[in-house]
Amino acid sequence: FSLCLYLISPLVPEMATQEVQLNETLSHLKTESDTLKTKLEEERAKLHDVELHQVAEKVDGLGQFVMKTRRTLKGHGNKVLCMDWCKDKRRIVSSSQDGKVIVWDAFTTNKEHAVTMPCTWVMACAYAPSGCAVACGGLDNKCSVYPLSLDKNENLAAKKKSVAMHTNYLSACSFTNSDMQILTSSGDGTCALWDVESGQLLQSFHGHAADVLCLDLAPSETGNTFVSGGCDKKANVWDMRSGQCIQSFETHESDINSVRYYPSGDAFASGSDDATCRLYDLRADREVAIYSKESIIFGVSSVDFSLSGRLLFGGYNDYTINVWDVLKGTRVSILFGHENRVSTLRVSPDGTAFCSGSWDHTLRV
Amino acid sequence: MTINTLAKGGWDREQMACFRKMEKVIVAMQDPDMGMKMRNQRLLITVIPHAMTGVLGELLLWCLTEAVHLSGMLVRYGYIYPLKEPRSLVLRPDESPYRFQTPYFWTSTRWPASELDYAIYLAKKNIRKQGELMEYEKERYSLLHKRINHTWDFVVMQAREQLRASKQRRKADRIVLECQEQAYWLINRPPLTLCAFCLCLQIETCRRALGRNRVKSSICLEGFVKYSEQYQNHDPIMQGCLPSNPWISDDTAHWTMSSEIVPTPTRLRVERWSFSFMELLKDIMGMREFMLYLEKEFSAENLCFWQACEDIRHGESSRILEKVEDIYKNFLAPGAARWVNIDSKTMDKTLQGLRHPHRFVMDDAQMHIYFLMKKDSYPRYLKSDLYKNMLAKAIVPQETKKSVFPFMRRQRHSSPSPAQAVIQVTEEDGHAKGAGRAGTNSAAGSHV
Repeated sequence: FSLCLYLISPLVPEMATQEVQLNETLSHLKTESDTLKTKLEEERAKLHDVELHQVAEKVDGLGQFVMKTRRTLKGHGNKVLCMDWCKDKRRIVSSSQDGKVIVWDAFTTNKEHAVTMPCTWVMACAYAPSGCAVACGGLDNKCSVYPLSLDKNENLAAKKKSVAMHTNYLSACSFTNSDMQILTSSGDGTCALWDVESGQLLQSFHGHAADVLCLDLAPSETGNTFVSGGCDKKANVWDMRSGQCIQSFETHESDINSVRYYPSGDAFASGSDDATCRLYDLRADREVAIYSKESIIFGVSSVDFSLSGRLLFGGYNDYTINVWDVLKGTRVSILFGHENRVSTLRVSPDGTAFCSGSWDHTLRV
Repeated sequence: MTINTLAKGGWDREQMACFRKMEKVIVAMQDPDMGMKMRNQRLLITVIPHAMTGVLGELLLWCLTEAVHLSGMLVRYGYIYPLKEPRSLVLRPDESPYRFQTPYFWTSTRWPASELDYAIYLAKKNIRKQGELMEYEKERYSLLHKRINHTWDFVVMQAREQLRASKQRRKADRIVLECQEQAYWLINRPPLTLCAFCLCLQIETCRRALGRNRVKSSICLEGFVKYSEQYQNHDPIMQGCLPSNPWISDDTAHWTMSSEIVPTPTRLRVERWSFSFMELLKDIMGMREFMLYLEKEFSAENLCFWQACEDIRHGESSRILEKVEDIYKNFLAPGAARWVNIDSKTMDKTLQGLRHPHRFVMDDAQMHIYFLMKKDSYPRYLKSDLYKNMLAKAIVPQETKKSVFPFMRRQRHSSPSPAQAVIQVTEEDGHAKGAGRAGTNSAAGSHV
């Protein structure tokens, strides 16, 4: 397709004809896009011969689950927006609205490091795989990496490295398999892959029509893909090498706040403002399950799987955490405890616990 | 910047500009196709070459054409706008009414037109006309709403404010101002280029997606059931973990036993190596064991090659070149010490790519070797004595008996921070730890 044709600016008016032309082109594009989408849905439906809960009928049901809060981390002065686990299975980094990023040893509940960011609303934070650095960002439109120093007197902010630059707020960030690359998503509608050392942009990903709110890296063996979710209700799967969108799913009815891969990498779950969590299978190329209840009307802010993938944890804006049986599609448990909406939720790397962060200024494990 | 306004021959800059314009007209008038006709004129018996007659008439005609063109431009760019059909910015040779645009709304004054201002204008119109916007205005309105959603409150507030302020004006002034504004935005509205671009991308993605190979749902979903079953025992939240979940019992024994490097791994851990090749390689001890096995089979270079390729993929950009060269020297060059057996097609493609090395240049070769190991060496490893012995040796921790005094909380010991561990290594080795996996040789088993 000739992209250049469509990049004309109506600042050069031949008013009557050009405006008509532009609108005609746009509506032509729109109809073509809609026709293709319908065709795609038809193709996807052809191979859909059974529902997940039908296949799961032979599986034993899950008994009652008793999950209690084992640790409460207090120390943030404002809403907790994001958190991430360290690979050592006990440390976490969390960020909040007041601009503070704190590294905790969640097991002892001790704070180990604290950084004050120059901006408020630090919406994204991530722990480096080596455990030696953290990345964070938010309204400053940047993603910065702070190497963690054990020298109590050293000001962490001094060694800060600015890696990513977007034209709008940073909504999520994640290190890839090493400390050397970071993947970011932003309110400017794009995702980007950066080289930490040089701050160079390695690849950018265009395709979302609105803010991108979340992303997750695939655990697959050829490990070169990731999924992102945005305000355009779409979840896109990308090839990190080429920057192309390989698959796209648009079944949610509102913004997608969180996406997380199933442990095998063959599927991913998403949580949205439409109060549902959904499971999308990548090989079947379709949505295969919806986790919702009439009584749940508040949006999901964050989702994650247990280690085996049997349980899906969802943090909701009605202050609760719902635990779903992924295979049967039923709710297994509902957890109370937070005094404001749950904004972030992650299962620990070895699956022994999960941590939730909330607008009530605390984190719970 | 020079303040010398005198140019050639003592004429000042402004005059020079006028001369140039006049000269342009003169040149155009002499254009062989469109210009004035020159012939040889006859005057009685003399012939006057290259002359033209009826000059006044011709000149007037010429200037008139220019004037018509200029006035058309004035209307097209909104300096004068029509009142009867405001969207049709043309000059009509009739009695239809026009109005001068106020300088505030001249294109040059306010350039570039901002999306925010346009959004405010559309919001005002929307409120005033109660939703009756033109089709293209509705489209742009919803697109802007999505794009600058975070400041939408501000937009609506501004719109309301401006509407309120305008109500206080005299009706005539208000009408004039509305027309002025409308004319301005007709010409200067921000382009819809992004919308078109997004649609194009979407179409591309759809076309690609249509060409995908899909798998039947029954097969995929069966996969989930199998996976969950296989890993159920390994899921601490579902089945608990041995000896106990550290978060519940405050005892870190479980973590100690599952550290990256331990003398004897747990049984669950060794079992996991048999679930998939990826599980084996993800675990440092698993990879080590596999390497030992491959060495026995004289195919260890495959795993070394794979590791080196991973290092390139995830390492620093600055070291890509040197790493690629190393790989070539050690694994791909004819007669290399650890030559890997890749099929000729892949080898050719890789060698070609080496001319312009980049992060992913080894991908094809790496994948070839990966699948070779997965299909061949891995299954044999699982059947080997090496693996079976490992499994037999593996410990199954005893479940911690519930404490006699359940109310006493155990002391929670802190552990060495990963950051600290790496600093130690740095001091010992004398060079910084590079890319790669979370390789913290944590002081395994030593508590603080």
